[in-house]
Amino acid sequence: MSVDEATVRRIANLARIGLREDEVAGFSRELSQILGFVEQLDELDTSGVTPLTSAVETVIKRREDGVTDGGIREQILANAPLEDDGYFAVPKVVE
Amino acid sequence: MSEAQIRESRVANTPNPKNLVSGATGDWEIVLGLEVHAQVSSEAKLFSGASTEFGSEPNSQVSLVDAAMPGMLPVINWKCVEQAVRTGLGLKAQVNCYSVFDRKNYFYADLPQGYQISQFKYPIVGEGIIEIDLDDGETKQIGIERLHLEQDAGKSMHDQHPSMSFVDLNRSGIALMEIVSNPDMRSAAEAQAYVKKLRAILRYLGTCDGNMEQGSMRADVNVSVRRPGDPLGTRCEIKNVNSIRFIGQAIEHEARRQIAVIEDGGTIKQETRLFDPKNGETRSMRSKEEAHDYRYFPDPDLLPITFEQSWVDEIAATLPELPDDKKARFVSEYGLSVYDAGVLVSESESANFFEQVAKGRDAKMAANMVVGSVFAGLNKSSITLAECPISADQIGALIDLVADDTISTRIAKDIFDMMFYEGPDQGKDPSVLVEEKGLRQVTDTGEIEAAVDAVISANPDKVEQALAKPKMAGWFVGQVMQSTGGKANPQAVKVMVLEKLGIEEA
Amino acid sequence: MSSLIDLTLAESRDGLQKKAFSSHELTQAHIQNMENSRALNAVVLETPEQALKMAQLSDDKIAKGKAGPLEGIPIGVKDLFCTKGVRTTACSNILGEFTPTYESTVTSQLWQAGAVMLGKLNNDEFAMGSSNETSRFGPVINPWKSDGMDLVPGGSSGGSSAAVAAQIGVGATATDTGGSIRQPAAFTGCVGLKPTYGRCSRWGIVAFASSLDQAGPIARNVQDTAIMLQHMAGHDAKDTTSIDTPVPDYESALTGDIRGLRVGIPREYRVDGMPSEIEALWQQGIEWMKSAGAEIVDVSLPHTKYALPAYYIIAPAEASSNLARYDGLRYGARVEGNSLDEMYEATRAAGFGDEVKRRIMIGTYVLSAGYYDAYYVKALQVRRLIANDFHEAYKKCDVLLSPTTPSAAFPVGSNHDDPLTMYLNDVFTVTANLAGLPAISVPAGLDAKGLPLGLQLIGPAFEEQLLLRAAQAIETAAEFNAQPTTWWLNNE
Repeated sequence: MSVDEATVRRIANLARIGLREDEVAGFSRELSQILGFVEQLDELDTSGVTPLTSAVETVIKRREDGVTDGGIREQILANAPLEDDGYFAVPKVVE
Repeated sequence: MSEAQIRESRVANTPNPKNLVSGATGDWEIVLGLEVHAQVSSEAKLFSGASTEFGSEPNSQVSLVDAAMPGMLPVINWKCVEQAVRTGLGLKAQVNCYSVFDRKNYFYADLPQGYQISQFKYPIVGEGIIEIDLDDGETKQIGIERLHLEQDAGKSMHDQHPSMSFVDLNRSGIALMEIVSNPDMRSAAEAQAYVKKLRAILRYLGTCDGNMEQGSMRADVNVSVRRPGDPLGTRCEIKNVNSIRFIGQAIEHEARRQIAVIEDGGTIKQETRLFDPKNGETRSMRSKEEAHDYRYFPDPDLLPITFEQSWVDEIAATLPELPDDKKARFVSEYGLSVYDAGVLVSESESANFFEQVAKGRDAKMAANMVVGSVFAGLNKSSITLAECPISADQIGALIDLVADDTISTRIAKDIFDMMFYEGPDQGKDPSVLVEEKGLRQVTDTGEIEAAVDAVISANPDKVEQALAKPKMAGWFVGQVMQSTGGKANPQAVKVMVLEKLGIEEA
Repeated sequence: MSSLIDLTLAESRDGLQKKAFSSHELTQAHIQNMENSRALNAVVLETPEQALKMAQLSDDKIAKGKAGPLEGIPIGVKDLFCTKGVRTTACSNILGEFTPTYESTVTSQLWQAGAVMLGKLNNDEFAMGSSNETSRFGPVINPWKSDGMDLVPGGSSGGSSAAVAAQIGVGATATDTGGSIRQPAAFTGCVGLKPTYGRCSRWGIVAFASSLDQAGPIARNVQDTAIMLQHMAGHDAKDTTSIDTPVPDYESALTGDIRGLRVGIPREYRVDGMPSEIEALWQQGIEWMKSAGAEIVDVSLPHTKYALPAYYIIAPAEASSNLARYDGLRYGARVEGNSLDEMYEATRAAGFGDEVKRRIMIGTYVLSAGYYDAYYVKALQVRRLIANDFHEAYKKCDVLLSPTTPSAAFPVGSNHDDPLTMYLNDVFTVTANLAGLPAISVPAGLDAKGLPLGLQLIGPAFEEQLLLRAAQAIETAAEFNAQPTTWWLNNE
């Protein structure tokens, strides 16, 4: 399966990574290569095999309800590139 | 069959003429489905320990996890799982003892992780039913497709500055239950009834406070139209409608819009729209959207949510009596009308208040007092039952005073007003007021006779008229009531007047 | 004074205990070496003031008889671990001058035990790489050289492995997602251990691939590795995937006795075109184990060859989602734009290097509509088969022995033509990540060019004690005491 340039642009858009025009061809080639490599998996018959999402074999811990966090606004905003009156400031979104 | 065909086959296609809307070229049927986002009642958020309280200073209820700082990880708040199970039971739905949290990936300013933790393939609750109450007293069953848990997003404000938006993450990570209905509704009224009933159920269960103004409950409304009997039309989704009134308006407008487009020869574009309450119209969301590809996959920072059926059963045993059951019981046990019962059970506090008043008393009188006087008074004063200046016991005492003939129903009304509304007597016990103001009903035959005699002797001309026209006796009764300050027992007065005038009871 | 840096972790610990020297002296010696070793580019942020402050506190504690188990011991920290008040970048431009207001659980535990932080160590950007050439701070140079060429130290934990090999600190924290501890350890003649998935907490570690990442130590020998692991491991309620099982005493497991140990030799690890030196080393390892009393068992892990392709679907998929938070909105280096989307695109274009972009795009692709089942689900099914392979194998043996890498360290800049060649470095290591099993690399010998080669042991879940004991047997037999010539030192 090759990843053509239109697909590269679509994926880059989904991932919000701006690509220069001169980069598209290179990524198309590399991604096609990688996909070609991983497609080896098609050789295997995996029908009926349950996917393994996590190597962890345990039951999820049940955290109790209660306010134990928050109230740390200075920490939350400490690394903000731009903040205003307690808010994160970003370029305007047009809805 | 394709997924679309399966979906199609499950949607009822037997139009009720009552619900049809007439367009320029004929009748149309509106098909509606609702996705309600209900904020889970819990102290802390779904995956972090930050508070869920409403209205705090921006970014003051945000943990490092909520802000998606590097290296942060989600930890499930089990209370939210319990609340979802409780809600599923209240919706008579299938509770799934195995469910999985998936990541829903997209970019937006109010979504710090760049994904929302939600449930896609394996939701915690499956199919259920809500019975809605229609205006004509009929009920209709609306199917629930599923309920799942997910994180709420933060809030971004776009109208404070010409070129900047501002982001507050207080809401980010709060637990939501997304409740998806089947597209079973066919009118704005049905949709409103659905939301009303769902809200009541959630409030009864204590799993969501249903406060739509504060955003703890909001609806995405899916609207499509079709010719009666035709397959489903293309739907548009109206997002984040936050009042029952707006839901009605949005549906009316959107249905009309779609009908107009189609009748003009156009086709409906599947899109997301927003309702603008200022002009009562829906408008398209102007984001450059191809259909979202959310790339759902199980969140590898979490494990599946599993629990025993026995735990579900334990929760089931603690469920309160729900609105529909309570309404049925009020009708059968108290002999109330379906309407009165419906009004009383719309909030569990009202229902409890009524039962407190009705305990050991005439249910009809209790219902009249509660619905007719208390609720009317609350409405007029724009206060809630919680703020009611008189207690259920005080209402009960008032009823007792009428029941044992201490006062008349007319006087009772006056006393109620004194107790309820602002003034020197607000909140006082009725018996106290009766004594203070000497409002005891006059039942003494001698007193009544004297009063009647007095009126008769003072109005000989009226006596003549009354003899000719027996209905004039009523005037005498009124006069006697006036002269006794309303305290005379009206029935006894009437009997005495008729006797004194020599008129036969008609 | 320079001989102080020659002391291992255990020796430093003993020396401090016996008050042969102070933590201040020891730390100062390491700081000096760190400053003299800048040519390696292993350290991206030196923290000498903080180190000396911590050393002072340690000396006070030692004087009061309240020494912790790692009191006064200087170590380096991979720049993937969030360190409170100390810039943390994952060696990516996108994090800018991000300074966490919090400390990762693993490093918290180390500081709690008394360790001293020398500085933040270089790594491949967002832990994606096998050569430490994708870092924003430039490549790390392997202390080991051959033919006068600069060689890579391996990756992604290249800074950690180079630092340990150059004796900057007595150990370093690192992370391993597909081999990022073991492969660099092998390339630099160090010991590197990736614990069982869930053994160490991931809280506060910049996430690459959530179901594969694990923190672990790189150190000079097996004993030091065991000591470090002791204080890195443990359940953390803030990490749902961390396992609540007690941490055993790893150091005391080093009894040196492996008689009766069944060592499995997975036949599928004998890949086509494997250099004869690697094959020879593997054979040598088998002989060593036999001589020490182990039983050699031939085992099969039939799905081995599919591990690498499965890994290169799963890891990028998870990474594409984990890295979505790097958007310039709340932290890091924002590049402005006229709209929100423009800001995202410009910030991420400027902030991410090419390898990271490639992996995000592959990950986005394999998760996208229409491809999810064919790629992502398929890979997870293969993962199950691989895990089952190990499960079956461990019915017949106690640990598995294989080479760590298919080659010794290669020259900087040699693998830039296509990403695949780089990926093949992980062929022996990714299996353990997919199955969540503990694995360790031990320096076992030198190749013809005099470069270190490592042998890998893979153990069953939570059997780190067994693993360490087996590793020590190799270490004892190998007697690897070669050292790189200190060409990099700038002693001004």
